[in-house]
Amino acid sequence: MRVAVVQFPGSNADWDALHAVRDVLGADAWYAFHKEPSLGDADAVVIPGGFSYGDYLRAGAIAGFSPIDNSIREFAGRGGPILGICNGFQILTEMGLLPGALTRNAHLRFECRDIYLRVENEGPFTGMGKGTVLRLPIAHADGRYHTNEEGLAELERNEQIAFRYSTRKGDPPNGSDANPNGSVADIAGVYNREKNVLGMMPHPERASEDILGNDDGLQVFKSLRRHLGFE
Amino acid sequence: MSTPANFPGEPDSSPEIAREFGLAHDEWVRVLSTLGRAPSYAELGVISVMWSEHCSYKSSRIHLGRLPTSGPQVVQGPGENAGAVDVGDGFCAVFKMESHNHPSYIEPYQGAATGVGGILRDVFTMGARPVASLNSLRFGRADHPKTPYLLKGVVAGIGGYGNCIGVPTVGGELQFDASYDGNILVNAFTVGIAKTDELFFGVAEGVGNPIIYVGAKTGRDGIHGATMASAEFGEETDSKLPTVQVGDPFMEKLLLEACLEIFATGCLSGVQDMGAAGLTSSSVEMAERAGNGIELDLDAIPRRTKALSPYEMLLSESQERMLMVAKKGRENEVFELCAKWDLDASIVGRVTDTGRFVCKATPGFDPFDGSGKPDPVLVVDLPVDLLTNAAPKYDRPQAMRPERASLVTMTGDAPDDLGAELLDLIGSPNIGSRSWIWRQYDHIVRDGTVIRPGEGDAALIRVFCQDGTETREKFLALSADCNGRHVEMDPFGGAAMAVAECTRNIVCVGAKPLGLTDCLNFGNPEMPEQMWRFAQAIDGLAAACTALGAPVVSGNVSFYNETDGKAIVPTPTVAVVGQLEDPRYRLGLGFVREGDVIAHLGRPSRGVLGGSEWLVERSGSSAGAFVGIDLEAEAALQHAALELARGRLVKSAHDISDGGFAVCLAEACIAHGHGARVTLPSSEDAPAHALLFSEEPSRIIVSLSPTDVGKVAEICRRYGVPFAKIGSVAGDTLAIEGVCEVPVEELAESYSTALDAIVG
Repeated sequence: MRVAVVQFPGSNADWDALHAVRDVLGADAWYAFHKEPSLGDADAVVIPGGFSYGDYLRAGAIAGFSPIDNSIREFAGRGGPILGICNGFQILTEMGLLPGALTRNAHLRFECRDIYLRVENEGPFTGMGKGTVLRLPIAHADGRYHTNEEGLAELERNEQIAFRYSTRKGDPPNGSDANPNGSVADIAGVYNREKNVLGMMPHPERASEDILGNDDGLQVFKSLRRHLGFE
Repeated sequence: MSTPANFPGEPDSSPEIAREFGLAHDEWVRVLSTLGRAPSYAELGVISVMWSEHCSYKSSRIHLGRLPTSGPQVVQGPGENAGAVDVGDGFCAVFKMESHNHPSYIEPYQGAATGVGGILRDVFTMGARPVASLNSLRFGRADHPKTPYLLKGVVAGIGGYGNCIGVPTVGGELQFDASYDGNILVNAFTVGIAKTDELFFGVAEGVGNPIIYVGAKTGRDGIHGATMASAEFGEETDSKLPTVQVGDPFMEKLLLEACLEIFATGCLSGVQDMGAAGLTSSSVEMAERAGNGIELDLDAIPRRTKALSPYEMLLSESQERMLMVAKKGRENEVFELCAKWDLDASIVGRVTDTGRFVCKATPGFDPFDGSGKPDPVLVVDLPVDLLTNAAPKYDRPQAMRPERASLVTMTGDAPDDLGAELLDLIGSPNIGSRSWIWRQYDHIVRDGTVIRPGEGDAALIRVFCQDGTETREKFLALSADCNGRHVEMDPFGGAAMAVAECTRNIVCVGAKPLGLTDCLNFGNPEMPEQMWRFAQAIDGLAAACTALGAPVVSGNVSFYNETDGKAIVPTPTVAVVGQLEDPRYRLGLGFVREGDVIAHLGRPSRGVLGGSEWLVERSGSSAGAFVGIDLEAEAALQHAALELARGRLVKSAHDISDGGFAVCLAEACIAHGHGARVTLPSSEDAPAHALLFSEEPSRIIVSLSPTDVGKVAEICRRYGVPFAKIGSVAGDTLAIEGVCEVPVEELAESYSTALDAIVG
């Protein structure tokens, strides 16, 4: 499997993604710098966390106009799997490749801690099966997913909701801080309609090894590898 | 050559202006006699910042020489932007801690944020990639009206900067004490990793080499910040806002990536960040280290505001700026990489062989709006030596503070319900969980945080050492400590205790201490009692660093931590970097398995309550006898603990520190929700509450498998460390025989809500 990790100047989880995909999973992976026109010969693309261009305007806002933009759109357009993590998710919504938007956490603070999420619908990155509960860390200030009622209904209808925040047992948060940011309908990750593009706020790449006390995140990358037929 | 001229509108220098700039009268006289003329206005600015306490260390220099700074592992000792210790295979850990106290009190968010930015630059200037940060924070009493605002602002500022640049903030410490009511402390630490033979230094080498300015443009922010940091606060503090800088972490991220790529090309001969005293100190210090001179063309300084004068450009502390000395003919490599990272870069001067700091600028020429034509005149012409080695050095008078004999027997009234006391103590702002703070820091970015905040006595990170295509993983343990209350009671002993606790924290996660950085926060050095505290603390640090094998490789002194004549308790914060040989040796602080044996290592408590959190809470003062420290016993304890970890004979280790024995056990229970049944170890006949809450050092609580008791006892015996089996991991309460029994759930609830009253 060949994976391009997109590198914006303010990407800071680029190493985390490269390490998880290349050193832990064993894929062939490289950085694709934002000023380069091409992603290289990739089977999949990861847009990692960070602050893309500083994000003083709005998380991910400027990244939607970068030189590498066209190749990302083109890759998505021909069905290539793209995973946007954290700031990557924000960028994908700003680019219009994913529905909805990410706004400031309800409690207005940056928050970094482990949370639980439940797989809602299967897809290239969620082949571990509906109902699977993962423990993953979050680290964001702008992770509150928002869409209007119509948008939400459409997400439900098309089975685009990949992950919802949950309790440890997989139950809905019911207003508790199991939903760490106030996301609408407890949404932690969504697919595009074609289900080849996934955005998620939690960080699977930071929970893919025993030494870090948690390898639940590896399931996301293994699912991708199975989906692409590499095992 | 002509005499340096004032710019239009600048007054002639005078004793009054010199005083306003922070120079003492005899220092002004010394300037006149050395130069043989009056300095220009810009020169007076340059001299006053370089001679400020912050830049010159004029009150501390003669004492700092007593600190031990060598050891086989030391790659770089004090004097550079940061220190470095060897971590094997040709790599070193580069680290330093620095204070940003005054700016953080004036504007907590930006003050703390730029403190983080400054320490990050110190580390990557050395050619190291920053891999983790810590911070040590002090605020006034928890119920002081300004405390919530200051705490929230400082934490948000540290997070805002560190989270954006992508360096995990993996730990730190926090204390509230009334002595910090008008003068908080924000000490920031960063460690980076570099190849030892590729370290970079702040030297202006190679006569004729161009000086290149890289990064943010210069504005009027932070002018005379170093001088502000060298004065007490008074009623006019609120008017000092313009001396605070504003940080841009995204710019710093660009600077970091560009610098590391530029360094790798080998096109530079030296580099230094523009920190305190900005362009002036970075040029002067680089010239001094190389024994050269520097000539700056101020007309070429990139700027973001109109009509900057030489004085303003030389003293601005605008953030995220670097000064590079390129090898002649290789300037383009710098420019190309700066363009890749969208950074401004301009040649602003050259290295000379004159030993002088020379600046030229054109009155009436302003590249910002294009007015005027460049026709530079001389504005600064000073010997580099005058600004560095020949700067004033003082052996300030010292006076021991009065004895506190009347208080030494104080132990507080024995409380009736010790369980309730424990619940109260563990939920107090100085003892309870800091999760509200570290949840606002990205503590896991870079995929290396093995022991997260709250999980162990020290943070443990995995660092990736890249050598060509090969990547090696190494493990570093990090801790920062100091309890100013103990230092106030006995500056020598209290400072030694800070080093002891910090290194003990390192061995409690299974790592060996390699080196130490300090951040010495004290009051006004012109007051003989403060100077005495400082000198005593230096000797205490020196004794402990020698005994415990942690040489000082970098550091910072922050004097004048006073408001309206009231000083903080002396706070010589230390941070230690240790190395874990094998990740399997790592230890957390919490009990892990029902049925494990709990043991107490070290001499049991004598029930001395002086300086303890419990007594301060109850009596309102750090009264009582000083607990004292036996550095030989401490060293033996640490050696034994390290051998136990390496033999994988214990499953958890937690040192007894703030809050004492009872709090230590409670934290070990709370971590994984296990209970414990123990007896109270004691060597003397002391009241139970004193044994529970005494903060005597040199004690560690470990848990181990019942089958390993013999082996553990034998290792302790070999090192001469008292070993006592005191109970076992059991049930869901913390039961201390004959003293108290408290459900772990209740302890956890109290612990986790400790900061709610302040930030909730």
